[in-house]
Amino acid sequence: MQLTVWTYEGPPHIGAMRVATAMEGLHYVLHAPQGDTYADLLFTMIERRAERPPVTYTTFQAQDLGRDTAAIFKDAVAAAYARFQPQAMIVGASCTAELIQDDPGGLARALDLPVPVIPLELPAYQKKENWGASETFYRLVRALAGAPAERPPQGTRRPSCNILGPTALGFRHRDDLIEIRRLLDRLGIAVNVVAPLGASPADLTRLGEADFNLVLYPEVARSAALYLEKTFRQPLVDVVPIGVGATRRFIEAVAALAEVDPAPVLADVASRLPWYSRSVDSTYLTGKRVFVFGDATHALAIARVTTQELGFRLVGLGTYIREFAREVRAEAALHGIEATITDDYLDVEAAIQAAAPELVLGTQMERHIAKRLGIPCAVISAPIHVQDFPARHSPQMGFEGANVLFDTLVHPLMMGLEEHLLGMFRDDPEFHDGAAPSHLGHGPNRKADALERVPEAPPLAPAPVPAITVQGADAVRTAPWAPEAEKELKKIPFFVRGKARANTERFARERHLPLITLEILYDAKAHFGR
Amino acid sequence: MNAHAPLPSGTCGPSIRIERGQRAVFCGLTGIVWLHRKIQDAFFLVVGSRTCAHLIQSAAGVMIFAEPRFATAIIDERDLAGLADMNEELDRVVTRLIERRPDIRLLFLVGSCPSEVIKLDLSRAALRLSQRMAPSVRVLNYSGSGIETTFTQGEDACLAALVPDLPEAVSTDELLVVGALADVVEDQFARLFSDLGIAARFLPARRTSQMPAVGRGTRYLLAQPFLADTARALEQRGARRIAAPFPLGAEGTTDWLRAAADSFAVDPARFAAATAPGLRRARQALSAHSEKLAGKRVFFFPDSQLEVPLARFLSREMGVELIEVGTPYLHRGHLAAEIERLPDGTPVVEGQSLDDGLDRCRAARPDLTVCGLGLANPLEAEGLTTKWSIELLFTPIQGYEQAGDLAELFARPLDRRARLEV
Repeated sequence: MQLTVWTYEGPPHIGAMRVATAMEGLHYVLHAPQGDTYADLLFTMIERRAERPPVTYTTFQAQDLGRDTAAIFKDAVAAAYARFQPQAMIVGASCTAELIQDDPGGLARALDLPVPVIPLELPAYQKKENWGASETFYRLVRALAGAPAERPPQGTRRPSCNILGPTALGFRHRDDLIEIRRLLDRLGIAVNVVAPLGASPADLTRLGEADFNLVLYPEVARSAALYLEKTFRQPLVDVVPIGVGATRRFIEAVAALAEVDPAPVLADVASRLPWYSRSVDSTYLTGKRVFVFGDATHALAIARVTTQELGFRLVGLGTYIREFAREVRAEAALHGIEATITDDYLDVEAAIQAAAPELVLGTQMERHIAKRLGIPCAVISAPIHVQDFPARHSPQMGFEGANVLFDTLVHPLMMGLEEHLLGMFRDDPEFHDGAAPSHLGHGPNRKADALERVPEAPPLAPAPVPAITVQGADAVRTAPWAPEAEKELKKIPFFVRGKARANTERFARERHLPLITLEILYDAKAHFGR
Repeated sequence: MNAHAPLPSGTCGPSIRIERGQRAVFCGLTGIVWLHRKIQDAFFLVVGSRTCAHLIQSAAGVMIFAEPRFATAIIDERDLAGLADMNEELDRVVTRLIERRPDIRLLFLVGSCPSEVIKLDLSRAALRLSQRMAPSVRVLNYSGSGIETTFTQGEDACLAALVPDLPEAVSTDELLVVGALADVVEDQFARLFSDLGIAARFLPARRTSQMPAVGRGTRYLLAQPFLADTARALEQRGARRIAAPFPLGAEGTTDWLRAAADSFAVDPARFAAATAPGLRRARQALSAHSEKLAGKRVFFFPDSQLEVPLARFLSREMGVELIEVGTPYLHRGHLAAEIERLPDGTPVVEGQSLDDGLDRCRAARPDLTVCGLGLANPLEAEGLTTKWSIELLFTPIQGYEQAGDLAELFARPLDRRARLEV
């Protein structure tokens, strides 16, 4: 048993719902107790879909337990087919139905419906949402993609590809797709099928007609693409085009498979990120300590963007998706850090505290952790709340996605600069120690002193900034401060005051000094300033 | 298809029908989201699956981050291997939890569909843990599973679990008001009962140590319509129910208070004096919305069992026309006073067959549809104006001072639809 308040992922049948809801002409009959329909809300409220998800739940109750539940399931499948007339159906069990051991596949087969009915085995006590999405998509592709199609040789016609991975409830999947289609269009590559998003079962039967596959979200689409590679000899591209560099690598990889010239598309500098990042206003971003956490696709891509394109320093990297732990560990190792692979938000919180970042990039959950710790933050991965399904065009991928990323990742830090200026002018009547940063809500920021979150080399900083030291929460008792030393400490600008305090206390502790005097404050400064 | 049969003329009371099929409702676990805010030193530990944790997370929205007093012990594959092991696991989780939260005085082990299906005996676990952690923590158990409970029935199961534990009452001149109310509403009612000269206590109390006493002759008044098991448990302790409609709207609140006043033989003049100011304010507040609501045709999908009292309020006090009143469960006894106040022939549907209900709703094209969040946006997209029903559980709606707010909850979507020009 695992004690859980927050979960990064839902159960695997939610993943199956994400695939079913993304598609058209497919219906999902889920053997589930009354109450499991709560999942509809995720789609109708968070993603603001205008239609109910194409899911029929059996909603059995206690009085139905026993032999009845199998009959209820069969009736539900028959009724759903009669009402919705789908091209294909998927059937499966939620966690409770898994325990009562009706056999959805067998029961549905017995109905002998005139459309393919694909049974899903989603082990709810072992696996989670993303695995469920991946498995569902893989099963659908296996069942529907049919036999390998004969493709005329390349060069005689326009090359074409399938785009695999976008689902319902995906973080920015809608707009990423628009960007990718735009890139492919400029490269002269046709899009054969996009799946699951917007595809019908009939579309899946045409998958084999494409020359190759693009895996936009490996969590969802890699296993299906590997299957297609094996059976249809369709190569795949799984470079995730998030960030300028990755987008360029993506274009090169795609162009190579399509046998087209990528140069015109690469030459057209469509992203403002490179220039914005070089402009002197961005100098203060240099070496900014960033902690990145999310699904594997976004965590890996964003880690590269922040370090290679924004000049940040990666002090933490992690994912809640264990299936991709190896790749995330390898990336973390390149930065000399250890990856945080966990689905327990308390572990993530501890890792963030230990890494003492100046910026946190994560999910909805990290947004709240960062808020609690008073650290600037931006959201880069699901799980997300309703505000991260924006009305405006807001991709992560491609060149426009890079523009969006620059604004999104830097915006909370611009606010940091604003805070810094507040600190500089803190003796003015408008600005004082208790003034809250505008992006962190109202009320005085009690933690301002304890946190190190301001530029390491602020352009206006009057004092040299000592090296950062990270203090453990369970540090031994610290010597008290003499009043005049405390007073002097207050004269140091607040954005370096936290470091100064920590360093001085460490200095005193290591030397077993009983009281921190004015002398010791400056001894410590000299010691760490070297 | 499946439109309800035309009602014969000359019938008395609403027409009540039972429907079976797919149900789009919450399970009883959802009750935790408001119950934990009411009982301030209680913790709710769901023993269930990842689905249960995901549900509570989805229902609790942003509340999940404010160190909430609820969590899920997620059963995993190892637990399913053998039951003895599972009890040890549960003890370990509970011990860790209480170490982290020493302020907790009452721990509810909340059963879920998975824990019920594998027949994990949470009542024995509660007894065992209660003995181990006495006297600082009491451990109780109830089921909030979807197979046993629908939405608000989770509160019923929780309060029913509290009843055997309540102290024995020494006198019978106290009134027991049953059902979790927003603190502001509870305080208003406490003042009104005090003005009437009635000593009133509330179940649940805000703290474990302040739970009210019950005994032979205790008179209780239900503040919520979904408390069947709690009422039964109270009756077993010898308490007697005061029959009343529910305190929604000016009329409902007055009749609810009057039922208590009559039972305690309060002088009618005193009753009139105590209720007059509230009644006047409630009527005034309601009149601000009557124009928007009068004559509107309203359809209720089943959700919380509040539907029948709400329909009564909307029909009698706001002049709406009721197309259909769905309810997940209709307690004929507790709702007798409500049912008799509904217009003759009102179709009341107990239970649900989702797609059939949607067909009836679409065919009727109501002016306002009261439904869950899974249906609300899809129906709006079809051009129907909706009021999402969960808000009626989280917003203070009972009593005189909230009557206007209650009417506004229904008037606002209509107002909005009228305003938007795009």
